[in-house]
Amino acid sequence: MNRVTMLWARGPLASRWVRAALVFAVLYALPYSTAQIPGVFDGPFDAPGVLQLLAVCLVFAGLAIGYDLLFGHTGVMSFGHGMFVTTGMYATTILVDHAGYGLWISAAAGLGIALVAAVVLGGVALRVGGIGFAMVTLAFGQAVSIFVVSGSPQLTGGEQGQTLNSSAVPAALSGVRNTANLYWIALAYLAVCALVVWGLSASMPGRVMRALRENERRVEVLGLNPYLFKLLAFTVAGVLAAGGGIVYLLLLGGATPTVADSNFTLSLLVMVVLGGAGRRWGAIVGGIIYGYASQSLTRVSGSSAVAGLPGVLRGPLEQPLFLLGAAFVLVVFFAPGGLAGRIAAMTRTGAGIGAGTGAAAARTGAGIGKGATGRGAEAVSGAATVTGATAGTGGAAGSGAGTKEAR
Amino acid sequence: MNETATAATAATTSAALLELTDLRVSLGGSAILHGVSFSVASVGVTALLGRNGVGKTTTAKAVLGLYPSTGSLRFDGRELNGMPTHAIARLGIGYVPEDRGVFAALTVAENLRLAEPRGGGAAAYERVYELFPVLRLRAGQQAGTLSGGEQQMLAIGRILLRRNRLLVVDEPTKGLSPKVAAEVAHALKEVARSVPILLIEQNLSVVRTMAADAVVLDTGRVAHRGAARALLSDPALTNRLLGVSQAGAA
Amino acid sequence: MTTVILLTATGLGLAALYFLVASGLSLIFGLMDVLNFAHGAFVAIGGYVGWTVADQLGGTLGLFGALLAGIASGAAAAFLTEQVIIRPLYRRKLDQVLATVGLGLAIPALLQAIWGADARTWVLPGWLAGTVQLAGARVPTVRLVLIGVAVGLLVALRLLLTRSRAGLIVRAGVEDREMVTALGIDVRRANAAVFALGGAAAGLAGALFGLYQGSVSPGDGTSLLIYAFVVVVLGDAGSITGTAYAAVAVGLVQQYADYASASLGDESVVVLLAAVLLLRRRNLQGRPA
Repeated sequence: MNRVTMLWARGPLASRWVRAALVFAVLYALPYSTAQIPGVFDGPFDAPGVLQLLAVCLVFAGLAIGYDLLFGHTGVMSFGHGMFVTTGMYATTILVDHAGYGLWISAAAGLGIALVAAVVLGGVALRVGGIGFAMVTLAFGQAVSIFVVSGSPQLTGGEQGQTLNSSAVPAALSGVRNTANLYWIALAYLAVCALVVWGLSASMPGRVMRALRENERRVEVLGLNPYLFKLLAFTVAGVLAAGGGIVYLLLLGGATPTVADSNFTLSLLVMVVLGGAGRRWGAIVGGIIYGYASQSLTRVSGSSAVAGLPGVLRGPLEQPLFLLGAAFVLVVFFAPGGLAGRIAAMTRTGAGIGAGTGAAAARTGAGIGKGATGRGAEAVSGAATVTGATAGTGGAAGSGAGTKEAR
Repeated sequence: MNETATAATAATTSAALLELTDLRVSLGGSAILHGVSFSVASVGVTALLGRNGVGKTTTAKAVLGLYPSTGSLRFDGRELNGMPTHAIARLGIGYVPEDRGVFAALTVAENLRLAEPRGGGAAAYERVYELFPVLRLRAGQQAGTLSGGEQQMLAIGRILLRRNRLLVVDEPTKGLSPKVAAEVAHALKEVARSVPILLIEQNLSVVRTMAADAVVLDTGRVAHRGAARALLSDPALTNRLLGVSQAGAA
Repeated sequence: MTTVILLTATGLGLAALYFLVASGLSLIFGLMDVLNFAHGAFVAIGGYVGWTVADQLGGTLGLFGALLAGIASGAAAAFLTEQVIIRPLYRRKLDQVLATVGLGLAIPALLQAIWGADARTWVLPGWLAGTVQLAGARVPTVRLVLIGVAVGLLVALRLLLTRSRAGLIVRAGVEDREMVTALGIDVRRANAAVFALGGAAAGLAGALFGLYQGSVSPGDGTSLLIYAFVVVVLGDAGSITGTAYAAVAVGLVQQYADYASASLGDESVVVLLAAVLLLRRRNLQGRPA
């Protein structure tokens, strides 16, 4: 155990970039492997079914880290994030199916539309204070959802969704044999998201965003405009989400209205909090676990273990959302820093208490807590913040970033 | 840490009603109070002084339990640290915050009603109206439409409805015209005859008229403790601690 | 003309539902700073429990039983939530919200497990299933009942808030919770009461929604919740009258816009919300100082 921790803290593994490269290398190699994890996966890693499952996990991980940029890093709580995924997915599908454009052009157009939408929507919504912003995003998300489901069924396929015209999809990406290629595209998407978010986080705008999460007034005092930085985070996250929508489209072979539902955005929130908001790997871990759980829950619920339980217990346990919601509540209560927070706490060598909640005080985005006056608002908003960049590298992650003890 | 040893003062002769020992408060990651210790006598006015931002309001809020803190806060022998605010208030500590804390959407009468002790207390109301006749006059008016001075009177009137044993008053004359400030100060002086007050003030002429003891804070620590008169009649000391050349407003 | 009456009646009927759900949300947010995402679950609970009672008892008796059951179950669920979930997290505002999000996902799933995913039909007693002649238009009776109940709640809440000590505490607490505690008042009891009251109204809304639709399904609460949130924000959290006006505005705008073109209703609500927020430029957390 000692040698491992030494390797972790001081050897070549101490660099986060080396670790990240290692993880991605392993992920890249998976489709070549015939290894199996029975019980967890239905077959060896190179089986199409397993790769499809993993690919979806990777897309969710990418979506989650994009959302984390907004929520965990900048403290902006958007309840309409799913609409950007929807935009990427549906814009591409509609352009391919109805306007006859090629796949890549349509995808690029989809990203462009999402970019414009993010700037416009963010521009308008961020002008209002925390709660107002959250509600505007919620309302917009709902409007998009209704539009997709019932507004224009010929265009969007309504409740059933719309399949992607398969002749537009390049041969290398169609067919079960080529699931590995789709898997690699999903991995590439995750890599792009991770690079963007990690890179941004380490840069000056990223530091400003983290400062915004803690105390917007301090940022203003420095002469910086919080609005612009929040808009930047919002736009980047939106475009990344649209990209995810496109990859998801390729994986599914069609567009589905489930990504427009408010529950989908809430599940992004769940992924981020479950994994650990504002941390390097938190959202990714959360996304992968959620992706796995949502697709394989039938296995758990259909398993003999659950079937053997009395009806009263079995019913709820067979509902994926129940398990998810309950797990979420438990995490909030007992592991506020998410999984990544727990792991960081375990690998840390004797540092302080660390995370109160890994999620941000979010005074800006979610606007929790009365005003910004001296009415004890600070005492009440009570979330400790742990800067994401230090988790996982051991060391004093629980440092002076402010641990507020609840009395 | 400049703690000036003091000559015999009211603080050391009468029993201390409120005793702060090594009070530390940290907010949003920054430490505001670095170990504040002083006591408030059970008689008279103890002034809490200091420049802007040294932690006077923070101290007051910590006493009321509005900010979490470490250290000891003993009120008449009871430890306040860890108690919820409403329980602390119930022990008999009345609080008038810096922004007055008047409920703007409620009427004057409703503001008072909130603060009244169980069982009403017409006698208490009479006391308050005697001190501040304007409150009876404007009873049905929305508190948010009152002038600054009237709101201040309402805020003070509120805590007089109960039999409080200590009043913590934060900058009552702030933003008031000299005439109104004098009225408020006069009323407080009357009140101080029957109940001790921990008074935070920047207006030194007000402090001069009523304070027996003075505690001066500087960047989260106690810089001076002693008789108020002695402090205020020493221009060099006043200048060093409070940054004023005359005993006027800071 | 008949179209106008019908649209207005339907719009007001929706407004009534929104008000029932939003009033509790508004008070909860104004007093406790909690965005209660579990509120929709209280609506769904009220709907299902109400439906079960109506199903068992049948007829008009079943109807009144359903409404009462809706109120009771909503209040109970809300009270439990406040005690078990909200209160322990009292200094962790964000975690409170997140916990309600979890509940908001788990409870409808639980209801689905018990009652099934398909909508359960609610058969209305004869007199309720009909229509009423109103200036030449045939307005479904249910709409009028909804409006009546909502108006009744509005009046009751106003009275409660302005005439009782508890109401006084809530009104003050919405403005400045800290100061209320500094006056020696334990706001936690007000918290529990407001939560329970909000839950009761939500449960009632759930039962009425079931009557309105002629069915109950697990997702009922969530669909109402989003509009209720919009109403809360528009109406200035903590103000009951404001919430009422906002509910009417949203309900009418949605109905009239929907009539112009399907799905335009929701888009226009969004535009309305954005416009009002931009023009208002006031801090939405608590009353203006």
